[in-house]
Amino acid sequence: MAVTEAPPRELAPEPGRWNRILAWLTTTDHKRIGILYLVNSFSFFAVGGIFALLMRTELARPGKQILAPHAYNQLFTLHGTLMIFLVIFPLLAGLGNYFVPLQIGALDMAFPRINALSFWLLPVGGLTILSGFLAKGGAAACGWTCYAPLSEQLGTGVDLWLVGLVIVGTASILGGINFIVTILRMRAPGMTMMRIPVFTWAVLATSLLVVLATPVLTAGLMMLFADRNLGSTFFDPRGGGAALLWQHVFWFFGHPEVYMLILGAWGVVTEIFSVFSGKPIFSYRGVVLSFLFITALSFSVWAHHMFATGAVELPFFSVTTELISIPTGVLFFVWLGTLWRGKLRFEPPMLFALGFMAMFLIGGINGVWAASPAMDFAIHDTYWVVSHLHYVLFGGTVFGVMAATYYWFPKMTGRMLSKRLGIWHFWLQLIGFNVAFFPMHLLGLRGMPRRIADYAPDRGWSFLNLVSTIGAFVIAISIAIFFVNVFLSLRKPRTAPADPWGGNTLEWATSSPPPPHNFDALPPIRSARPVYDARMAAASGGEE
Amino acid sequence: MSAETVADRGASRAVSGPIMGMVLFVASEAMFFAAFFGAYFTLRALNPTWPPKGIPHLEIRLASTLTIILVSSSFVLQAGVRSIRRGRIGAAMAWLAGTIVLGACFLALQAYDYSTLKFGIHDGVFGSLFYVMTGLHMAHVFGGVVFLTLVFAQGRQGMLTRNQHEPLEAGAIYWHFVDVVWLGLFTSFYLLTPR
Repeated sequence: MAVTEAPPRELAPEPGRWNRILAWLTTTDHKRIGILYLVNSFSFFAVGGIFALLMRTELARPGKQILAPHAYNQLFTLHGTLMIFLVIFPLLAGLGNYFVPLQIGALDMAFPRINALSFWLLPVGGLTILSGFLAKGGAAACGWTCYAPLSEQLGTGVDLWLVGLVIVGTASILGGINFIVTILRMRAPGMTMMRIPVFTWAVLATSLLVVLATPVLTAGLMMLFADRNLGSTFFDPRGGGAALLWQHVFWFFGHPEVYMLILGAWGVVTEIFSVFSGKPIFSYRGVVLSFLFITALSFSVWAHHMFATGAVELPFFSVTTELISIPTGVLFFVWLGTLWRGKLRFEPPMLFALGFMAMFLIGGINGVWAASPAMDFAIHDTYWVVSHLHYVLFGGTVFGVMAATYYWFPKMTGRMLSKRLGIWHFWLQLIGFNVAFFPMHLLGLRGMPRRIADYAPDRGWSFLNLVSTIGAFVIAISIAIFFVNVFLSLRKPRTAPADPWGGNTLEWATSSPPPPHNFDALPPIRSARPVYDARMAAASGGEE
Repeated sequence: MSAETVADRGASRAVSGPIMGMVLFVASEAMFFAAFFGAYFTLRALNPTWPPKGIPHLEIRLASTLTIILVSSSFVLQAGVRSIRRGRIGAAMAWLAGTIVLGACFLALQAYDYSTLKFGIHDGVFGSLFYVMTGLHMAHVFGGVVFLTLVFAQGRQGMLTRNQHEPLEAGAIYWHFVDVVWLGLFTSFYLLTPR
């Protein structure tokens, strides 16, 4: 088979430090690019997290503490933009980069050089957005949604935001094309579409969304850029334009975007539930069909973000949105069915996956409420929404990414993360997260609007805000423990076995970390769990 | 290291990786232009008179010439693709060169068209839509001319053969797409705009 024919690597003399750095900077190996993605994303995660802590410090008490209102506006804008475009999505893209080729038994991505390009555009785009802080008038301060007409009036920071997002969007489109071609064209013999791991299915669905939805955002960004710099009037009613058009264009991308941010996490926790309960996935087909159903439906729900404009068809968008809870519900039952009567092992990946399931359930249910126009009119633009989106993006995706990180760290580095620190990390993150974000539900119901730097002391919001701020700092401590865990583990010798967890999928069939050519030999692929099959065959005396 | 092996493994299947990549890229570009067409019809529906008052009517004769140039260039390029599939490299190169010339003519003529128009991008929503949409389309034609010129240069070095000519196939897919977008623009701005 093709993989075994890779020429043996010549043993070069140990390269110098600069050559090693140069090798990382010029690499086209999907595994190294995957690690670059993760390093880049966690760096922006730290920046976005510090922004969040500054905001929570400001909100801890009524009155002005540390930030002027305009500075606060810049911080929440860039917090949202960075976390969505440069942290959560690239974290999943990075994991996909590292593991999709391994999971399908391929040597690399289909287009390795385009792969390197789509990574390197990310820091360029991210720094372009951040460079707004140096511009006159500061960085973009219109929220991550940058609604017109406000976004038409603010300073140069918005232009840098627009340019940066076009760059990041282009990067993700190139990456999406690369993933789709890789998954459709590069699978090892025997790896049929209904045998590829669910994480790979999730990346395929995500990539379809990226390829079809991101260009719509790019178009909107270009219209806004033209309005601001070339004198066009797409969003300016004085010239016959319509400010509401921006919201349509933005959310036509923006709602598929939320599934781009969660599908990968669904994929990885499904796999983790299976491995750590010692059972096959309860319904592989159910998961795949749910992913595809959600991918298709996600293009029909965008205007539920615009109920309060009074200019959209409420019943249609409400019904399509509620329909999404059906495939999502299927996923929950698949997870429960997988766990049911399994031999559960509470290792850190499993803890984070269970945390994911609980938090995402809350985020999903308050999402169903928000899909009801009557409810939405009451909670639109309040802290309820902030709570909802953090329950799905932090409680959902970040917990899922942490599960993935503990799960795959040994494969990527050859070293196990400390279980003790992992458990501390998990509990502090879970408690801190709920302390920070659950009170926001109540704040929203009490009418506290989002995106305000200050509030009056007599509104009854002060205590809950203080609680939320304490929770934010507990999250920060938990993330610090995670970074310490990574740092300490990287100093240990490479002792991780090829398959520390008893995995199912092909990435566990090669050494930890894998050789540059990924596999010395592939096991036969006759089901969706080739590594499990090989383990069983070996245990039964190698009959196969 | 692995490029050869990777390509070999794909060779037996129907659609090659680069062609599939180009099809996906074109799908993405289609959504990009779809957003602009969506904006066009949304804003048109919001404006009671179309074209809005003060916009001089567009000269359809020149635009028809542009349409004939671009549509015929698609046929010329496809003739090149058919030639190379039959191994007639010289003919394919001639057709390719013809496409590049037609593309350049389109760009030059549209630049001339711009210079004669009596309204600008800042003259309300019609000017915004017209210049941004046709301008982005022009940028795509320009990109196509550059891409096809690179393919031509590859061909001159003998890198295109009967069995190895994916760049030309991929370029043709892209070029036809750019052509179709123009037909959409021509229809929206000229045929469907009352005079």
